[in-house]
Amino acid sequence: MIAVLINGRRIDVEPGTTVAAAVMRLQAGFRRSVTGELRGPLCGMGICMECRVTLNGRPHERSCQLLCAPGMEISTDA
Amino acid sequence: MTTDVLIAGAGIVGAAIAAAFREEGGKCLVVEPHTVGGGATAAGMGHVVVMDDSPAQLALTEYSRRLWDALPVPPSVEREHRGTLWVAADAEEMAEVARKHALFPASEILDERALYEAEPELRPGLAGGLLVPGDSVVYAPTAASWLLRLTPVRYTAIESLTPDGALLADGTQVSAGLTILACGTGITRLLPELPIKPRKGHLAITDRYPGFLRHQLVELGYLKSAHGHSNESVAFNVQPRSTGQILIGSSRQYGDESPDIRPELLSRMLRRAVEYMPRLVDLQVIRTWTGFRAATPDSLPLIGPVRDRVWVAAGHEGLGITTSLGSAALLLDRLLGDTPAIPPEPYLPERFA
Repeated sequence: MIAVLINGRRIDVEPGTTVAAAVMRLQAGFRRSVTGELRGPLCGMGICMECRVTLNGRPHERSCQLLCAPGMEISTDA
Repeated sequence: MTTDVLIAGAGIVGAAIAAAFREEGGKCLVVEPHTVGGGATAAGMGHVVVMDDSPAQLALTEYSRRLWDALPVPPSVEREHRGTLWVAADAEEMAEVARKHALFPASEILDERALYEAEPELRPGLAGGLLVPGDSVVYAPTAASWLLRLTPVRYTAIESLTPDGALLADGTQVSAGLTILACGTGITRLLPELPIKPRKGHLAITDRYPGFLRHQLVELGYLKSAHGHSNESVAFNVQPRSTGQILIGSSRQYGDESPDIRPELLSRMLRRAVEYMPRLVDLQVIRTWTGFRAATPDSLPLIGPVRDRVWVAAGHEGLGITTSLGSAALLLDRLLGDTPAIPPEPYLPERFA
């Protein structure tokens, strides 16, 4: 299992789990739109940009396109 | 149909003229084939900046910046007084900082340390800079719409100029006391004798990264690249938008009239930006585009009469957002016979006659 931190909470996931799947498992929520609406993964293939999270300090990373790695720190707007 | 003043072009220059003339100069009609503020007005950065390539450029930009500051623009114009920070890479460019400091009111010389305090993301090893706090940023398309809010706009082209006005592409004959052409690079279709050439530029905009950048930054090497008339050049020029997005420029090209992105020039421009701000490479660009500046041989606009009852206000190159308001004020003073705030002679089209 791989341990990652999502908004400061630890979660253990199977190898091969996408960051988006891990965020959904925790029901943490994803990004907020400019007008404050909660958004989440729509396309699952890196096009819609609605699943963006801050990953290890880098904003606007597409969580559906990245696999969890040990010790990843993920934060969301939600 | 009949109007006092017919204005060709609903960019920022035509809009500024319409707003100035509507109050004192009579009934205006604006003719625009595309959208309000949709040409060079939308393509540019919206930087309201004092520049000093020549004494006449300094006079017009300084006067225009004062007019912008006096203009009560609505929030949709997204005006922010970010200030311009001219970045000096070496001792030679620091000499230029000192020269500009003497010319620009309220400017402040930054040494190396003060430069990094002002903009921590700049690369190490730069010499310093000049902060010009009065410069601002606007979103020019909404400024053009707002300036035109009380003026009728007719969405068609001018087919040709006639002895008493113009024939429009939709067949309408307009009889006008005065016709003012403010249609940027499009002006040479109507007046081919004017020495105006399109100078293409590329821009990129990133996603939202609030706090990454604080001022509009322009490299002083820009002087070497932008104002020589070499065929292709790029310069480091980045601007923070109120959304947290970053506009990245700039490129200059003569002789390419296609609006297509030129990938190798775009990458040269982005590489130049990354040389100055290494962490820009981590940011995501979400859109790139091109636009055409209307350039004249002496880098000053053409403001004034060209024929009986035909005036022009065009050729503002990369400074049209700034100098739109000064251009409009000079033309209104001419109409009313008032003494202008700055001498109008350096901008008169007759200098190329």
